[in-house]
Amino acid sequence: MKVERRVISVIVQNEHSVLARITGLFAARGYNIETLTVAPIPDSDMSRLTIETRGNVRVIEQIIKQLHKLIPTYKVIEHEEMIEKEMVMMKFPINESLAAIQALCQAYNGGIANVSSQHIITMVADEPRRVKHFIEAAQRFHPVEIVRGGVVAMERE
Amino acid sequence: MQMTGAQMVIEAMKLEGVDTVFGYPGGAIMNVYDEVYKQKDFRHILTRHEQAAVHAADGYARATGKVGVAFVTSGPGFTNAVTGIATAYMDSVPLVVISGQVPISMIGTDAFQEIDATGISRSCTKHNYLVHSAKELPRILKEAFYLAHSGRPGPVHIDIPKDVTAEMAEFNYPTHIDLPTYKPTTRGNVRQIKKAAEAICRAKRPVFYLGGGIIHAEAAGLVRELVDVTQIPAVETLMARGTLPHDHPLLLGMVGMHGSYQANMAMSEADLMIALGPRFDDRVTGKLSEFAKHAKIIHVDIDPSSIGKLVDVDYPIVGDLKEVLEVMLPKVKECVDPDKYQAWRQILKRYNDIHPLRYEDSDEVIKPQWVIERTGQLLGERAVVCTDVGQHQMWTAQFYPFSYPRQFITSGGLGTMGFGFPAAIGAKRGVPDKTVINFTGDGSILMNIQELVTAVESRLPVINIILNNHYLGMVRQWQTFFYEKRYAETDLSFQPDFVRLAEACGGVGYRVETKEEFDEALQDAIDKGVVAMIDVIVDREENVLPMVPSGGTLYNMMLEYKD
Ligand SMILES: Cc1ncc(C[n+]2csc(CCOP(=O)(O)OP(=O)(O)O)c2C)c(N)n1
Repeated sequence: MKVERRVISVIVQNEHSVLARITGLFAARGYNIETLTVAPIPDSDMSRLTIETRGNVRVIEQIIKQLHKLIPTYKVIEHEEMIEKEMVMMKFPINESLAAIQALCQAYNGGIANVSSQHIITMVADEPRRVKHFIEAAQRFHPVEIVRGGVVAMERE
Repeated sequence: MQMTGAQMVIEAMKLEGVDTVFGYPGGAIMNVYDEVYKQKDFRHILTRHEQAAVHAADGYARATGKVGVAFVTSGPGFTNAVTGIATAYMDSVPLVVISGQVPISMIGTDAFQEIDATGISRSCTKHNYLVHSAKELPRILKEAFYLAHSGRPGPVHIDIPKDVTAEMAEFNYPTHIDLPTYKPTTRGNVRQIKKAAEAICRAKRPVFYLGGGIIHAEAAGLVRELVDVTQIPAVETLMARGTLPHDHPLLLGMVGMHGSYQANMAMSEADLMIALGPRFDDRVTGKLSEFAKHAKIIHVDIDPSSIGKLVDVDYPIVGDLKEVLEVMLPKVKECVDPDKYQAWRQILKRYNDIHPLRYEDSDEVIKPQWVIERTGQLLGERAVVCTDVGQHQMWTAQFYPFSYPRQFITSGGLGTMGFGFPAAIGAKRGVPDKTVINFTGDGSILMNIQELVTAVESRLPVINIILNNHYLGMVRQWQTFFYEKRYAETDLSFQPDFVRLAEACGGVGYRVETKEEFDEALQDAIDKGVVAMIDVIVDREENVLPMVPSGGTLYNMMLEYKD
């Protein structure tokens, strides 16, 4: 069956082990969550999770239904027309070209976040595919550490 | 009013109308048991194993339709209970299971008898709670009962740390539930129901596929009416046995792996399948790509995730079966012409004439099917019938004349050996006026044999009928068919003396080797009103037939086995 990439947002009541309930649904079917981003929704007792996953259509449909079924689940958003962003931080040795790194970051909606005696740290926030391209392009500056933040998404309308 | 967490637990039971709790004490739940001790009209039944406590609560729930309740302690008490919880989960049985936990300050320290109970129960409960303070308890207890029986029913687990059961707080039992995130759809989409009704009237070869959801929804009466009005034939899943009375002219019998030939052929040749509360279990469908190939499918279920899970559905209807049928029935009545299905009924009747459900009786040795038929003749509607898991379970489903919902209690989804006896104890407590029988195997009965003590002590006279074939029969059957008779570890020639075992526990035992002895033993056990073990020595190598081999197709049944 066809394998698809899907981004799903889940809004849940903040309660004991709610994150484990959600990730458990994926784990129980042997599915990988590619990225997961969670934070409380301001001025509420809810949290929003954004899950990026890949799998066969029927199983993903099933997982979405199961997500709906969880008692603390308030809403499940299956994104179609969405704006997606992902953030990545990268650390480079100080002897790489600061100017060149800065120029690259700017091309990808980011910049230099910190410079210390040893390292340059950059930060980029862009569409997941572009983040991937940025990471590829940045290889030539010999990164020593890469931290990706996971996808967040919002419906366009 | 101020009270301790332990007192709240008991108060909630009373407010929920719980008349019996099954359980087993231990360190972490002692505060609750101390309150149990002080009660006058509160029945606690002490099983001899936590698994049995949960199965008993489950049997009680299945027999009565009420929520079953079990108390267990932390650590091993809880882990012993897990099989019971999972069994109830798979069959959507409403339970509230309360476990003790180590004090809050010790959680996560590998304390004595600590286990991450909610972590374990997460995947086999409808919902679960770790209680952090007595203040939350009234709400949690109220929610737990509500969640257990509403929507698609299921077990709910509450883990209560020991210090919370001692903590004082205000007890205000909520009168209503405030769960903004939980709103099961019960109404069913009217337009969709109308379309389904029209499809029923249009069909040429329709069949009702009746599932366990009918029993949970208390919808059997409406189902019967729908069947009678339309004159459309019906098949039942294992879990739906008893929805239509056994002698109903349109009942084709059980469907699936050990279903009747006519039931399976009806599913295979139908042009419309009206699925009411089944879950398309693989033991029913066989090979999915060949399942109901010619049929459009109407599927009514309270649980949206159950619809379209395995097969594509043409008319999905999410809702409570009772509410949906109340809307559907008049719409069907308007358009249906029962004569239209006459030819289809004839075809199915012919299938049954060629290959009826049958067995070869014998004068030399007792056939297990005979024991079930005979019990049915002697007790019929008077008995509530439980089973363990194995061949005896399938023969019971095939040959006992069930007449009403909740008459048959069996572990369908998880298939738990050791379920039958404790479930029967719970059922007997729930419906004391019925004779409660447990058909079991010589393998299964040993998995919770200690409950003989419970049954005797609690004066819950359950009659165990062991269909003793000296084998783990169902596994042996597969070894016969698919492993060239290599009987690896299924021979149970070495056995305890079941008669003396029953007697040692204060019950009565019978060993039966002839048909006359069986009648006498059963009659004697009923007359005496005691906990009984009837050890019936049956044909060793009888097989359950017909059979759809695992992954096979329904229309290609094995009808007989020849060496
Ligand atoms: C707890 C558990 N362990 C193992 C099994 C696998 N199993 C299914 S049927 C069966 C044999 C049952 O034998 P018995 O109780 O003697 O019944 P019979 O089939 O002979 O009627 C076994 C081992 C199971 N269903 N449950």
